[in-house]
Amino acid sequence: MNAKKGIEVSIAASIAAKLARVEVVAAYPITPQTHIVEHLSELVANGELDATYINVESEHSAMSACCGSSATGARTFTSTSAQGLELMHEILFIASGMRLPIVMATVNRALSSPLSIWGDHSDVMAARDTGWIMLFCENGQEVVDSIIMAFKIAEDRKVLLPVMVNLDGFSLSHVIEPIEFPSQEEVDKFLPPYNPLYTLHPDKPVTMGAYAMPELYTEAKYAQEMAIVHSKEVIVKVMDEFGKRFGRYYKPVETYNTENTDMVFIALGAINENIETAIDRLKEEGKEAGLIDLRLFRPFPTKELLFALKGKKRVVVIERVMPGGATNGPLFNEISSLAHSNGMNITIENYIVGLGGRDVLPEDFRDIFDEIKATPEKRTKSKKDKNFSVIGVRE
Amino acid sequence: MMLPNIDIYAANIVPREEFAVSGHRACQGCAEVLAIRLALKAFGRDTIMVMATGCMEIISTPLPTTCWTLPWIHVAFENAAAVASGAESALKILMEKNKIPRKDIHVVAIAGDGGTSDIGLQALSGALERGHKFTYICVDNEAYMNTGIQRSSSTPYGAMTTTSPPGKKSIGQSTQKKNMPKIAAAHNIPYVATACPSYPFDLLAKIKKAKMVDGPSYIHVLSVCPTGWRIPSNLAIRYGRLAVETGIFPLYEIEKGKYRLTYNPEPLRHVTDYLNGQGRFRHLTTKTISKIQEHVRADWEKLKYLCGVK
Repeated sequence: MNAKKGIEVSIAASIAAKLARVEVVAAYPITPQTHIVEHLSELVANGELDATYINVESEHSAMSACCGSSATGARTFTSTSAQGLELMHEILFIASGMRLPIVMATVNRALSSPLSIWGDHSDVMAARDTGWIMLFCENGQEVVDSIIMAFKIAEDRKVLLPVMVNLDGFSLSHVIEPIEFPSQEEVDKFLPPYNPLYTLHPDKPVTMGAYAMPELYTEAKYAQEMAIVHSKEVIVKVMDEFGKRFGRYYKPVETYNTENTDMVFIALGAINENIETAIDRLKEEGKEAGLIDLRLFRPFPTKELLFALKGKKRVVVIERVMPGGATNGPLFNEISSLAHSNGMNITIENYIVGLGGRDVLPEDFRDIFDEIKATPEKRTKSKKDKNFSVIGVRE
Repeated sequence: MMLPNIDIYAANIVPREEFAVSGHRACQGCAEVLAIRLALKAFGRDTIMVMATGCMEIISTPLPTTCWTLPWIHVAFENAAAVASGAESALKILMEKNKIPRKDIHVVAIAGDGGTSDIGLQALSGALERGHKFTYICVDNEAYMNTGIQRSSSTPYGAMTTTSPPGKKSIGQSTQKKNMPKIAAAHNIPYVATACPSYPFDLLAKIKKAKMVDGPSYIHVLSVCPTGWRIPSNLAIRYGRLAVETGIFPLYEIEKGKYRLTYNPEPLRHVTDYLNGQGRFRHLTTKTISKIQEHVRADWEKLKYLCGVK
C-alpha cells in the first residue's frame, strides 16, 4: 500500500491521466477545470509525461482533435466544464457513435444564464444521453481511481466507447484531500498500452465516419446502444479487478446504511459525503436514513438500483439541476420510471439543491428528512404542475 | 520555376494510381471531385484524409461503401482542421514512442467553402496558428451546394443562390467573396496557393509543394459546380478556365510570404465571357456587370503588385 498524500483533487486528476500514460491531450481552459489542464501542460512541458498537448482554440475543437487523435490510435484525454461541455455537445455524440475510447474529466459546473462558474450538474445532465459511459465521483480518491479505470473500460474491445468521469466543480475539484496513488508499475500492469482495433494508417486504409441511409442508421445506432448496455459487465469486471489489485473496491451503485431503514436518499457526486454525514447525525438521534450513491450513471445501473431499492418505501432523489420544464429532475424521472415500471410501491420525492455553487450542508438533508417524515406517503400523486422542491430558494 | 513546355509531357508523369475510385455519386461534370482525385495523386499513398461534412463526403461514403482507398475520416462539418490536428499530433507521438513505424505520413484536411470560410474558419485558424504539419484544401464551389445551393461568404457578388435570390429589392448575393487565401496567409504559414482543376498541372505542382513544407499549407481550389452554377455539365473545365482568364480567380501562390503569379492570363478577358451562360448570373444588369468588372480589375492590379508583375 502506498502512502496517502494531501493534494488538490484537480492535480490528482492530472496525475491519474499521467499514470494512465495518455498520449494526446487536447483541451481548452475553463473554470473550474483549469487546474487539471494547467498541471497536464506542466507535466508535458517538463517531460514527465511523454504526450502531445494540443492547445486548441475551443472545446469544440478539443473534442474534434480528440476524435482525430483517438482514431489515429493514441490514448486520448481531455477535460472541460459547463459551457465547454455544451460547446462540444455535437461532437460528444460523434465520439460515441464512432466508438472512440476517449476519456474526459468533466468538472461539473452550472450553465449560463445567469453566468455562474460554480458547481452543479446542469452541464452533465444536458449531455447525459450522448452515448458516453458516465461515472460520478464522491471524493478525490474516486477521481484518481475512476480515471485509471475509465481507460480500461473505454478501450475494452467489447466496449470501445468514450468515458466521462464527473467530479463536482470546486466542492471536489478544488479541495485538498488525502489521496493514495498507485505506482506507475502497478498501473501499467492493470492498464496495458492501448491496442486499437482500427486506426487511420495508410498501410491499412479504413473509412471512418461514413453516413448511413435510413436502411442502415437504425442498425448502426442499435449496435452502439447494445455496446453501452453490455458495457456494464465490463465496468463491473474492471471495478473488481481494480479492487483486487489496489484494495479499493467499487460498485456501480454504492449504499450507505440502507439495511436499517426503508427511507433512502439517492444522489450523484460529492454531495453524497454530506448526506452520509447527515445520516450519521440522524443515527445519533435514533433516526434512520440510508443513501444510494450512483457511481455509474450511464449505462443506467438498472439491476443494481432495483436491488438497492428493494423493500424501500420512501425515496428522496437529490439533484443539482433544474428540470427545465420537465415534470421533475432527470434523475428523479429515471428512478421513478424504473421503480414504477417494476411495480414497486415506493413514494419518490424530488429535491433540488446546490445550484450554481449554493452551499448544501448536512443540516439541509436533516431538514429534508424531517419534512419527509412529517408528510404522508403518496405525496407524488399530487396533480400540481410543480412536483419538486428547491431547498433554500427565496421565492 | 516552371519548366518550359511541361504540359506536353507532364501527363505522362501523373501517377496512374487512383485514390478516389469510381462509383461515387458526384453530379455529372463535378469539378470538385476531379480536383480531389488529382490532388490525391500528388499526395500519394502515405496520406490520411480528414474530410468535413459536405458534397465530397456524402458522394463518397454511404455505409457500407467508400470510394477512398486511403485512410479517411469524417467527424463533422466545422472541424476538419481540428480533427486533422488530432490525427497529426497522434502520428507524431506514436512515432516518437515507436508505437508505429517512423514514416512520412501526410495529413490532409478537405472542406468546402462553407466548411472553411464560414463555419470552419475558427477551427482552421486555430490549426494554422498551432503550426501542425498538414495541408488544408478548400474546395470552393461558391455556395452550400450539398444542401441545395445556399449562399456562403464565398459566394461571389451578384450570384443567385436559394438564400440570396434576386428580386425587386435584391441583386442576388450582395456581398463580395471572402478572401480566404489572404486570411490563411495572414497566419504566416509557409505555403498558400490557389488552384483550379482546369489547370491540372498547376494544381499538382502546388499540392506537391504544400506537402513538402514544414508546417501548415493551405490550397484554395475553385471547383466549378454545374448543378449550382446552372451550366451544362460538359462545360465545367471551360468555366474554370474562364474564371482564371477573366482574372476573377487568379492562380498564384504565397511561399513564405512571397507572392507569385503561377499563370498570367493577360490580357484579361471581359468578365461577361465568364458570367454569360451561368444561370446564377443571368439576372445581372449591365450596371452590376460593370461593377463586377471594376472590382475584378482592381483586385487583379493589387495582386499583380504583390506578385511584382508589371
